[in-house]
Amino acid sequence: MAALIRIATTLIFVLAGCAAAGAQTAGPASSAPNPAAKILRWAGDAEGGAPYVEADPADPSRVVGFDVEVADLIAAGLGRAPQFIEIAFASIDQSIGRGDADIALSGIEDTSTHRSNFAVTVPYYRFREVLSVRDADARRIRSLADLRGRRVGTLGGTIAYEILLKAERDYGLVAVSYEDDVHPYSDLIIGRLDAVLLDNVLAERRHRTASGFVTHPEPVAVSQYIGLMAPPSAALRDRVNEILKQAMRDGRLEAIFRKWKIWNDDQPALFAQVLKGTPIPAVDGYEGFDGDSVATLSHWNAAKRYLPSLLRASVVTLVFSCASMLLAVALGVGIATGRVYGDRLVRALLTGYVELIRGTPILLQLFVLYYGLAAAIRLPAWMAALLGLGLNYAAYESEIYRSALLAVPIGQLEAAKTLGFTRLQTLRLIRGPQAFRLALAPMTNDFVALLKDSSLVSVLTVVELTKQTQILATNLGSWVIPGALCAALYLAMSLPLAAVARMLERRWRWATV
Amino acid sequence: MSTRQGKLAINDLEVARGGRVLVSRLNLQAMPGELIALRGPSGSGKTTILRAIAGLDPFQNGTIEVGDAKLEGGRRPDPSMWQRLHRSVGLVFQFHCLFEHMTALQNVCLAPVHVHGASSREAEQQARELLAELGIDARAGALPRELSGGEAQRVAIARALAVDPPVLLMDEPMASLDPSRRADLCVLLQRLTATGRTLLVTTHDDLFARNFATRVLTIEDGRVVQPT
Repeated sequence: MAALIRIATTLIFVLAGCAAAGAQTAGPASSAPNPAAKILRWAGDAEGGAPYVEADPADPSRVVGFDVEVADLIAAGLGRAPQFIEIAFASIDQSIGRGDADIALSGIEDTSTHRSNFAVTVPYYRFREVLSVRDADARRIRSLADLRGRRVGTLGGTIAYEILLKAERDYGLVAVSYEDDVHPYSDLIIGRLDAVLLDNVLAERRHRTASGFVTHPEPVAVSQYIGLMAPPSAALRDRVNEILKQAMRDGRLEAIFRKWKIWNDDQPALFAQVLKGTPIPAVDGYEGFDGDSVATLSHWNAAKRYLPSLLRASVVTLVFSCASMLLAVALGVGIATGRVYGDRLVRALLTGYVELIRGTPILLQLFVLYYGLAAAIRLPAWMAALLGLGLNYAAYESEIYRSALLAVPIGQLEAAKTLGFTRLQTLRLIRGPQAFRLALAPMTNDFVALLKDSSLVSVLTVVELTKQTQILATNLGSWVIPGALCAALYLAMSLPLAAVARMLERRWRWATV
Repeated sequence: MSTRQGKLAINDLEVARGGRVLVSRLNLQAMPGELIALRGPSGSGKTTILRAIAGLDPFQNGTIEVGDAKLEGGRRPDPSMWQRLHRSVGLVFQFHCLFEHMTALQNVCLAPVHVHGASSREAEQQARELLAELGIDARAGALPRELSGGEAQRVAIARALAVDPPVLLMDEPMASLDPSRRADLCVLLQRLTATGRTLLVTTHDDLFARNFATRVLTIEDGRVVQPT
């Protein structure tokens, strides 16, 4: 025991040491560490990749990209040392709001929500929301209006996703939300999607590594990238704006964009507008859209607007959870029975399955099912999600059922044998019913856990309750009301289940005494 | 209670586990209607003999003939032999081993319906008669956890008798009973043998063995040391 504690303590110190070293080396190598200099903590998502921010292929402890160089430029202008902080793209707004970094630069879009909830810099890059379709559809599909009944993918929590949600109502297309900007294109190529709407910067980057699709140059919408700061940073914002304007004048910004091959004719026009002080509107949708942005509504009114979609997402969560649990129970019973009654080979195979599933993250299993097997079996997202949850929980359920089967006293099984019951009859009439009573309470607890774990399927583009809440929070720029609504809906679903579990435990307590 | 004639013949039975001999060269011929008591200290092999006869544990050498079933040492019986064995012999466990999720009545009805193909109504009627004969018909609807030790034992006997085995094995039936219950059980066992059923009973109760058994075998270290 003492040896175990020593090993655990050593591990904790080693991990803490690695984390500290990682934090120090995560910053760009363009500026040497100077303890005396002040630091500019800037946030980005290296998972978003080039040309924004990515781990340097030559030295993964460094980050490179045009946003890295813009951060360097700003830090130099402020006389500070830049320090990179990795924050997932979907969480950047909240992290900046709570002060995790001084500024975020990671292809942050110039939206009404950002303008109303944060201190934002002047726009420093103009991009186009462009539509990509498969080669064969290039002539047939040229705009959102051509996509009625078809699936169109994009990155969740972006202007493009807002545009698609509005186009769902206007054109009857199906908006599909992704957690990253790589898989929409791979799914487009293999036919899971009919189109992708994303920034031209992302589309051009994907064209360099993949083929089979074309990108229409005509923009669905035009917007800009900005730097995002917490509201009290107005003074810092003004200084950053001056630095950016100076870099626009003296060509340093142009040099950065040319280096990363994203300079185009849109940029001189943007620079001219910024330097002249011409008002540049934020963008929340496509041209002709006349709805309100949620950012302009009160939080309560915005929440009321989103409530129906949260309720619909709750139904998705409930249906997914029920269907996955049914699958998990059926498979779990089979696995448990095989492990108790099967021969050595069957037992070894089933034990291997259970250990494989329990020993690997469910997220990895979902990715493998949906993306990894796509070349062989192209499962629809809902089916991959259902299978992923069902197969994962089947392993855990099987352990509950196996222990319940083993808990039935062996004397009863021997009594059944002397009375002439076959093994199947013994399982069906004597062992199974008693094991079911023992398993019911933990099984109900697992169902409550599955209800919450179902939020993981959002990585496969399924919009369930948590994902819908995240979308609402991103659009509102606050988690308070969306979080409370989401929690209330989860509780409304899980509390009755917990009550049923308690009731069944009370009713069948005798089975365990 | 209808019965078939209980034939039991054990020849040179040898049971060993992990190199240790539990029963050695046991021979026993029982006539229909006999009540044979096996007595001896704990661990002497009494229960092992019953389990071998009931087909619960394999044995290495010798033969066991029960009714029209014949088990041979070192050989696994085929399914038809199992079927004949289970029609010929019943076992009442020391700790009863009732099915905990079923009432007393359901415990007794289960095998006649699912193993022997009786109709539910027929099985229930017979079960009620058995429970009445054993004096516990009032407890037919009780779950095993609601029964006293003596009641549970009589339900276990009724369950074993419900498939009408000509040979009945009982493991320490007196162990958990007070004196008056023991007397009741002795009377019951005599009634069971009166119609030709053979009973093989393990016991530590010398009084019972002397007064009620037609024969007493004393077992020590897996051997019969004192046939009476």
